[in-house]
Amino acid sequence: MPKRSRSGGPARRNINRAPSPLLAFTLPWLTILVGSLVPGWLMIASAPVLPPLGFLLFLSWRQLRPGLLPIWSGLPLGLFDDLFSGQPFGAAVLLWSLAAIVLELIEARVPWRSFLTEWLVAIGLIVTYIVACLVLVNLAGAGAHVGIILPQVVISVLSYPLVGRLVAVVDRFRLTPIMVVQ
Amino acid sequence: MAPPANRRSGFSRRAQYSTFFSYTAGGVVVVVGLILLVVSILNPGAFSGLRGVAVDATQPAGEVTAAGRSYGRHVWASIGGFFVSGREQARLERELAEAKVRLVEAKATEAENRRLKSLLRLKEAGSAPVAFARLTRSTSASARRFAIISAGRKDGLAKGMPVRSPEGLIGRVMEVGSSSARVLLITDTESLVPVRRATDGVPAFAQGNGDGTVRVRLINLGINPLKTGDVMVSSGSGGLYRPGTPMVILTKILRDGAIARVLANPSDTDFVMIEHTWAPQEPPPPANIESGGR
Repeated sequence: MPKRSRSGGPARRNINRAPSPLLAFTLPWLTILVGSLVPGWLMIASAPVLPPLGFLLFLSWRQLRPGLLPIWSGLPLGLFDDLFSGQPFGAAVLLWSLAAIVLELIEARVPWRSFLTEWLVAIGLIVTYIVACLVLVNLAGAGAHVGIILPQVVISVLSYPLVGRLVAVVDRFRLTPIMVVQ
Repeated sequence: MAPPANRRSGFSRRAQYSTFFSYTAGGVVVVVGLILLVVSILNPGAFSGLRGVAVDATQPAGEVTAAGRSYGRHVWASIGGFFVSGREQARLERELAEAKVRLVEAKATEAENRRLKSLLRLKEAGSAPVAFARLTRSTSASARRFAIISAGRKDGLAKGMPVRSPEGLIGRVMEVGSSSARVLLITDTESLVPVRRATDGVPAFAQGNGDGTVRVRLINLGINPLKTGDVMVSSGSGGLYRPGTPMVILTKILRDGAIARVLANPSDTDFVMIEHTWAPQEPPPPANIESGGR
């Protein structure tokens, strides 16, 4: 996580420059949408092996910038994820919104955080999310056993810090002062 | 890390209301998600149109990534092949010689089959493939095993058509968009294919396990006649998959069946072929039982 104030602008001040409001607003949403698409393109998998990248990015953005994505952002982002994920439609809307509410509550209770506590919170949410996805799939009629998600759980938990790193890079780019202030 | 200061509403009425409404909106979205989920569980095809449109829209990017995947695989195969080429060459030559003999035998069998079928007046209905397509994406982060192919309604695809690669059966078409289709792979837990042993026709069912393997369940219980290395082919019962399409090879024998590996691994497959649904014609009704029969 970058050592910067969470409340606003970049540490480096460029005189007479401001970040583009368009980039600053759209990049978090765009990265999550692309994250929902990418795992499907990477491989034609015979087992659930790739992390649910859209969800990881969603968590990461909410942890890096609490309040940047509203609590209801699970609706549009989850709907988009559901179109491509293969889960029963509505699964991501439900689970992403619940995750957002839980994160919001945790943040209110435990305001002081470090890399480790954020990772632990994320691990809890990721494991719950993947297990809940399996439960919903089985409710919808598939009889998959729990063992098949173990590789995915491990890969997702380990790749979360990398996703957080990526989000930090995008966040720095998002707030680069590029527009001349009149 | 210190908590962000701007998140406390304090005494401001406006800030308190906006916090309250954001939580309310979150709750409403959860309810919306629950409703969507119940609808889609009760009626799995409810949102297939929406999914079709979305996948159609991302299809060009899917084509590009599919080409990239195929290129990457070929590069690795070339590097690997460099080290084993001598051994492989010798083995392939030996196998080719054997295969040539087998091919002649197979041609003879095929000719005999044709002759016998013409005696029985059986016709091969719609044996020409419907379309060829690329596997463009899959649900690699979900417990379900779906893949998307780059052919759709305008290529003549319809729901239920079997999809195969040169190595064997891949799955069947579940949902059709205008230029893409969703395929249920045979490794999915909801896929159930009637199969038989290639050598002697022991009947069984092959159901996906969801982890890349397939569970083969025998229909006739009793002594399990299966052995490791047996190849199961689709039997055509139920009239969906063409009989004789190679499907799985058994790797581990269980009490009432076996665990099997798929012959046509979708991740190694560039192009797939979509076939017509195999519906055998009903045998003609016995003409005039009174006069002809007795």
